Amino acid sequence: MQIERPRDLDELLAGLDSHPEATLLAGGTDLMVDVNLSHHRPETVVALRRVDDLATWDDGFIGAGVTYARMEAGPHPALAQLARTVGSPQIRATGTIGGNLGTASPAGDTLPFLAAVDAEVVVASRGDRRRLRWEDFLLGPKHTALRPGEVIVGVQLPERLPQRQAFAKIGVRQAMVIATVNCCVVRDEDGKTRIALGAVGPTVVRTPAAEELVSSQQQVSATMLDEFQRLVSDDVTPITDHRATERYRRHAAGVLARRTLERCLPR
Amino acid sequence: MIVTLEVNGERRTAEVAGWESLLWVLRERLGLTGAKDACQQGECGSCSVIFDGQLVCACLVMAADAEGAQVTTVEGLADATDLHPVQRAYVDEGAVQCGYCTPGLVVATAHLLTEHPDATPDEVREALAGNLCRCTGYGSVLRAVAAAQGASDPAGADREA
Repeated sequence: MQIERPRDLDELLAGLDSHPEATLLAGGTDLMVDVNLSHHRPETVVALRRVDDLATWDDGFIGAGVTYARMEAGPHPALAQLARTVGSPQIRATGTIGGNLGTASPAGDTLPFLAAVDAEVVVASRGDRRRLRWEDFLLGPKHTALRPGEVIVGVQLPERLPQRQAFAKIGVRQAMVIATVNCCVVRDEDGKTRIALGAVGPTVVRTPAAEELVSSQQQVSATMLDEFQRLVSDDVTPITDHRATERYRRHAAGVLARRTLERCLPR
Repeated sequence: MIVTLEVNGERRTAEVAGWESLLWVLRERLGLTGAKDACQQGECGSCSVIFDGQLVCACLVMAADAEGAQVTTVEGLADATDLHPVQRAYVDEGAVQCGYCTPGLVVATAHLLTEHPDATPDEVREALAGNLCRCTGYGSVLRAVAAAQGASDPAGADREA
């Protein structure tokens, strides 16, 4: 195995130019599990942790190297909430938002937030930089639009984020758990609501019919919440796997979405 | 490839293969078997070490990427004559059953008390949530942490863990 340990973005992009098929190593919390347990043997690794440019967090731009520990202490309530549900303090000290995007697990916990706020993913290669909407970046389970020679530089959030935002997650226990269903809701002052769910489809999904139902309403009645829950359950496309059945996930998605929305409504 | 890093204040060099984790290198190349090899996927915390000031699972650090890092393992906590206060507290409280999780818990506790000495009982629980004890000896662990904090009232230690 060959490893490159660049110290800045120029070195990183030059390294990727020479080794476009290299495996990118951020916090290691996904890659090393593959190496340890699935005997994954990357030929060339480009290690990202020394690249300070990736660790910047400048208002609406969150560098790919920002860790869950930093997100926990950051200004966006739903992002802080989701970061706190990831792994353990040991995982949160090293795992990064760029790594979560790069792994593109259907259950990735940052992804519902990024989808709900309509974030863009910023990627770069030597001499080129692209901004992709989240749904143009996340193409399928563990499949992204990242091309050989490219690296995720960070995510760009919209200029103004709704103050009302919440994240929730269902798993078999409170800590150290991969989501059975996860969910983020953001709601503007004028009622416009966006909801995104993970682990209930090949990638994180939005449920437009449910969004539309509650977006036109300043007051959301109990009847409307019932309908909202039903629309979410209808719209998701979960599978049965070792974590949960399709039926459980479909039900849980509706319940979780409803509860998460309720946390975004005025009391 | 050759990796050079600082372990417990000493400069160490090891020949490592690409697939090796820092945990493997500590145990098999450098003879430091305090950090334990259990789940290999960052679930159990028994390989917890302090890596450039952060508490991490050594099993999830690629050894080749540890070049230049400063690592503290459980072996680095005590000095030549005295146990580290956290180790002393674990001994005094009998916070050990089979002992497999103990080095990770001790390192995690030492890190917590450096970063956040006044952690509340709830904060202690959250800070140690990544260190699993399958003997379920959490009550005595929490009493040991409280003792190491110098707390007279180890509030929360006897709650269901």
